[in-house]
Amino acid sequence: MIKFSQVTKSYGDVRVLNNIDISIDAGQTTALVGESGSGKSTLLRVVNGLVRPESGEVSVFGTSLDYTHLPAMRRKMGYAVQGAGLFPHMTVFQNVTLLASLEGWTPEKIQTRYQHLLDLLNLDPIFSDRYPHSLSGGQQQRVSLCRAMMLIPALMLLDEPFSALDPITRDGIHEEFLTLKKAEPRTILLVTHDMSEAAKLSEVVIILQQGEVVQVGSIEQVQRAPVNAYVDQLLTSGPSL
Amino acid sequence: MKRLFATFCLFVYGVSCLASDNIVVASKNFNESYVLGEIMAQLLELEGYNVTRKFGLGGTLVCYEALVNDEIDLYAEYTGTLEQVILKGNSNSPSLASLNERLTSVNLQVLDSFGFNNTYAMTVKASLAESLGLITISDLSSQSDLAVAFSLEFLNREDGWPGLARTYALPHQPTGIDHGLAYQAIDDGKIDVTDAYSTDGDLKRYGLTVLKDNQDYFPQYLAVPFVNKDLPDEVVEILSRLAGRIDDERMRQLNSEVVIDGKDFSQVAQKFLADEGLGIGKIDENILWSRLAANTLTHLKLTAIALSLGCLFGLPLGVLVFRNPTVSRVTVYVAGLLQTIPSIALLALMIPLFGIGEIPAIIALFLYSILPILRNTITALITIDPLLKSIAEAIGLSRIQQLRYVLIPLALPNILAGIKTAAIISIGTATLAAFIGAGGLGEPIVTGLALNDTNLILQGAIPAAVLAILAELTFEGLERVLVKEHMLRELPQ
Repeated sequence: MIKFSQVTKSYGDVRVLNNIDISIDAGQTTALVGESGSGKSTLLRVVNGLVRPESGEVSVFGTSLDYTHLPAMRRKMGYAVQGAGLFPHMTVFQNVTLLASLEGWTPEKIQTRYQHLLDLLNLDPIFSDRYPHSLSGGQQQRVSLCRAMMLIPALMLLDEPFSALDPITRDGIHEEFLTLKKAEPRTILLVTHDMSEAAKLSEVVIILQQGEVVQVGSIEQVQRAPVNAYVDQLLTSGPSL
Repeated sequence: MKRLFATFCLFVYGVSCLASDNIVVASKNFNESYVLGEIMAQLLELEGYNVTRKFGLGGTLVCYEALVNDEIDLYAEYTGTLEQVILKGNSNSPSLASLNERLTSVNLQVLDSFGFNNTYAMTVKASLAESLGLITISDLSSQSDLAVAFSLEFLNREDGWPGLARTYALPHQPTGIDHGLAYQAIDDGKIDVTDAYSTDGDLKRYGLTVLKDNQDYFPQYLAVPFVNKDLPDEVVEILSRLAGRIDDERMRQLNSEVVIDGKDFSQVAQKFLADEGLGIGKIDENILWSRLAANTLTHLKLTAIALSLGCLFGLPLGVLVFRNPTVSRVTVYVAGLLQTIPSIALLALMIPLFGIGEIPAIIALFLYSILPILRNTITALITIDPLLKSIAEAIGLSRIQQLRYVLIPLALPNILAGIKTAAIISIGTATLAAFIGAGGLGEPIVTGLALNDTNLILQGAIPAAVLAILAELTFEGLERVLVKEHMLRELPQ
């Protein structure tokens, strides 16, 4: 589904990604785990072209990323981030359905899909005409997931979407996320610094340390045999749930 | 649509300027020039000509450029000013023939003088002059104990006091005084001698005597009709009837009727023509309200067109450059540079390019409106939350769609604030447009300043202030319609 080949990226003198060479399989959730500065978010942003590597190549959906047609490509990749990032001047409905209407969907199709997503994420339709500032953080994040999934993308890129939430809200959304995975199986790339979140939500874990991949495997494999002290620390010091 | 409208307006103005075959009489923005302009205008009207008045133009260069560029046909000028300011000569008393010889190349000429010389003058109280027997400036040299005070300009100009003291061997140690206060000071007996203009209406009011310049020290400033050579001979002949009819004393009288007695300059001109047996001129009996409405409309038109052009230019430019910090900065600097040109200088710069009237005024106002619109647009777009910018990109909006659905709506409150600032600056600056004959609410202000008529000043200043407040309210309303309330609270203003 996604293949990084020799991907390198620096900001100034700091090399944030160093020769990343890894594939991500379709149909499952892969967590990119690491402490801050490990390059996990940058790697995610390489996938949708927000970050362009200085060397190396990334291919998505079997072809290398075409930087001249990014918008069309990005519409196949749902995107949600920490803090939700909803557009403050649009209602919940407008935030979620903007791209669908730009894609020329019929109002009926939009309405059906929108309603389906609200149900999946336990959002009350009463929020539809509200503006983001009047929603709680958890509600905003649910709306942001709806926006990411509106176009039924084959791939979802999630950049610590649950990090800023309080533990109880986070637990609730985690449950909805798992329901969602079951209802609509797709490839998901999830950035998190929280190994327990990765354990709960993903099938495969990729651990990054200072711009390099240090361990790849299922959560059980990683837990059984952490390759170094850094991984060990990630396993033990993650925020408790 | 707006662009079409603006082009149309410019076109209509262009045509109306070309089509006018009447006589355009101008004046500078001081009392005497208004009176002389009005006398010439009424006399031409009596002879059946259509006259357009462009009174209160902002100074010699504005009038001269307008005359050279055929924007006006004639106005009253002074020989000394022509010699020194326009022809850059150094003769103290140039002959009309010499002036006309040098004016041929620009196709202009002066006609015979009205008959008075409005130059610098030494003045003392009539009673003091009588008791000391002062008649000429030479008589001052033996009166070293007189208190002498001059306006700062006269005190420091080489052709003012320094040269005067040498020529007449005057022993006094003059002090500086504001010209406006000098008459009161001389009236109160605090000073004895000061400088004045020889036809100043105030000389009459304070009973002052002008000492004779017996050594011809001061340059001659004979008042003359200054006209385009292409004027029909008949017009020149009509204007020549005024030659020699107004001496210094008569001009002082006419000036004081306006400045001291508070008469309308058109009435003073009418009475003069009647007294001289040249006919009874007609006076434009425009009542206050219709004049007010016309001025306000012109003012609104000037600002509205300029502001629309400013938006048509500034908004797209801001959107175009904001992604590049260097280009943005350069653009804002250039727009800021335009803003630092003093408005009256910018208006004067417009004359050689666009003549006088509404077009140059609109262009100047347009240039002034760019900075606030451009700067606010760029700043608003740059300061949008980077997370929202990145999301707009990441979810698959094209550049245009990012602008249309995210960036511009988020920037809108600040962009509107910039347009509002531009509107209010334009309304204020447009009052200066009267200096280049564009009319509007500046016209009563300029005339009022020249004639020392507070009523007239207020007729321009109050509506201009009201317009500024209305603009403020209109934009607030527009903001309420276009921007969600919670967005106003969230975004930094």
